[in-house]
Amino acid sequence: MAFTTGATPDAGFDLASARRGAERLIARKRMIAFGAPALVLAYLVYIFFAFDIAGLAARARPENAAVLLSDMYSHKTHVERDNRTGAVEVAIEGERKGTYPADAWPAWVTPAGAGTTVVTLGHGQTVTIAPEDVRFVTVDGETYRIVPAQSGIVLDTPDGEVPDWISASNTRVMITTEGGRLTVTKARTEVFRYFFGWELFFFTLDSPFHGRSFTELVGMAFSDDEVRPGVSNAAAIWSDFWNNSMWRHRDVAWALCETVLMAFLGTISAAIIAVPLAFLSAHNFTPNRPVLFGIRRIFDFLRGVDALIWTIVLSRAFGPGPLTGSLAILLTDTGSFGKLFSEALENVDEKQVEGLRSTGASALQRNRFGVIPQVAPVILSQVLYYLESNTRSATVIGAIVGGGIGLLLTQAIITQKDWEEVTYYIVLIVIVVMLMDTLSGWLRRRLIRG
Amino acid sequence: MTELAAGGIKADYMAMVRRRRMYSGILMIVFVALLASGFRVANDRNAGGFFDGLHRVLDFPSELVAEAVEKAANLPANLVTYVPALIETLNIAAVSTLIGSLLAILLALLATPGLSLWPRAIPVFRRILDIMRAIPDVVIALMLIFVLGGGPVPAMLAIAFHTTGALGKLFSEVAENADLKPVEGLQSVGASWFQRMWLGVIPQVAPNWLSYALLRFEINVRASAILGFVGAGGIGYELKIAIGWGQGRYDAAAAIFLLLFLTIVVIDQFSSHMRNRLVKGH
Repeated sequence: MAFTTGATPDAGFDLASARRGAERLIARKRMIAFGAPALVLAYLVYIFFAFDIAGLAARARPENAAVLLSDMYSHKTHVERDNRTGAVEVAIEGERKGTYPADAWPAWVTPAGAGTTVVTLGHGQTVTIAPEDVRFVTVDGETYRIVPAQSGIVLDTPDGEVPDWISASNTRVMITTEGGRLTVTKARTEVFRYFFGWELFFFTLDSPFHGRSFTELVGMAFSDDEVRPGVSNAAAIWSDFWNNSMWRHRDVAWALCETVLMAFLGTISAAIIAVPLAFLSAHNFTPNRPVLFGIRRIFDFLRGVDALIWTIVLSRAFGPGPLTGSLAILLTDTGSFGKLFSEALENVDEKQVEGLRSTGASALQRNRFGVIPQVAPVILSQVLYYLESNTRSATVIGAIVGGGIGLLLTQAIITQKDWEEVTYYIVLIVIVVMLMDTLSGWLRRRLIRG
Repeated sequence: MTELAAGGIKADYMAMVRRRRMYSGILMIVFVALLASGFRVANDRNAGGFFDGLHRVLDFPSELVAEAVEKAANLPANLVTYVPALIETLNIAAVSTLIGSLLAILLALLATPGLSLWPRAIPVFRRILDIMRAIPDVVIALMLIFVLGGGPVPAMLAIAFHTTGALGKLFSEVAENADLKPVEGLQSVGASWFQRMWLGVIPQVAPNWLSYALLRFEINVRASAILGFVGAGGIGYELKIAIGWGQGRYDAAAAIFLLLFLTIVVIDQFSSHMRNRLVKGH
């Protein structure tokens, strides 16, 4: 731009001024080329101190990251002995829902009589839990003996020294190995053994279908030998899976539907409300300035208040749930759509409207046949874009307002131990969002290009 | 003869128009039914019904305004108190937009046919962008809070992650329409991939990319306020404390609402002005 103003075309080509212009331009470009990265760098340095990145290492808990990652793809089974009553319980993830019945313990937990239980961990280690002591035997046959006495917990090691994989104190001894973990306190003795995969994902322990292979299940589904009298096997299999009390597949499916519903209702209703209002806020359709100004400010207000504040205000009135989420999306998006649609209406080509006017068409007909066909593709494509992005927003709004998959997700994260469920929900959300993305892209191509 | 043909064409045309109208009418009815039943389901599954709560919509705002007016003298002090939190929220949005844009540039170029360094890997990079876009930022933020502790860093990383995916797709769409002649010219003089992109592609797409990045910044300011509410620091966190059940300090909440509203409106206006200048040149 500096170049063209430097050269004056009507007075012939002035070499000196053209050169000056070019030099100015290059100097400016050079300044931007070096100045912009320098500014960015300076800003990042400021952030480094403002966000206390250096102190992050002290605050970070890498052991939490290890727990999170291992929980995502594996699960643990607890063997727990209450040292006061002597009762032993074997439970997946230590949950009541995953407790094995006393006569059907897994093969790696064996009762050895006289109140003694032998637990075989991976890598050939064993733990023998007896009433008077707990023995941990390594692969090499070394025995570590722990005695939970009333006066304190005593650890006997083969060479008298405590290795770094054992943390021992007067009140608690903890042994951590690749095969699992052993914790002894006065109150209880606990052994964890880790297994790959998500536990009880299809059937819980109380289901007759637990532990069967896929082919067996298919065979059972088609056999007339009913496991539950009066219910066909296929229906029983489905109901045991669908009502799985640990993974709650039915609730999760409902929650996902709620989230999609929030996005759908919010987006579509916002579009329906925004279209007529957009006509009132476009310069070329509304000669009445106060109306135009007023509606534009309403749009600005709706957008400016933001989904977060709308959600808070609405949830006070309507309580948690999908309706509150839909209304929050509706309010925010009416503002966004209003602005976008009125911009589209202002960019309408007047020629078609003129043509219709020359045939004596009324205002309504002019808009119907001259304007709508021009703006419909823009409106439609915006609505579809928002529908996709609102599916994601609905998850976040659900986390605040307490509805849909967002609620389940925050609940699972807050317990800080159900990371496998968090993974499950994330996978489902990603699938749903990608489906919506594909669907909206497909609809856009179909509806707009015909 | 011609009149007859014209009559036939007219009849055909009218029949077609009628059929189209009927289809769109049916579609419209189905659509309205879907909406209505959707609202019914949402209403049934909500804790409080729509009509039960309708008269209460204004209760909270009016309570808030009443308390704020009553303690109007506190307002300037409250506004000043929450400015640092607001700056933190803005910083989270700005850094995450910055980092997200830089990563998005790299991934977008690698995912664009004709520009990619490894054309075979284009589908891989596209899927990576899709997945980064699909994971809601709140999920990543909550998981990072568990590992890194509270504060602005988890929110920043979470928003940057999502921004990379969202901008990567848009950047790649823009880059697809870039003129390849400068790139070929640079290639013919032996420029490296980085030089081809930096000198041949970036100057063409920079205005559009900047415009998208600005729009994203606007979205990220909102997102960072929301993440604060979920526990990641900044003004959202202060808001959560201020309106906490039972011990609500509505004068403080009103100040935060005001700050948030003004910030979003200013950024909204600024970014739409800048985007118009960048893309349309006026």
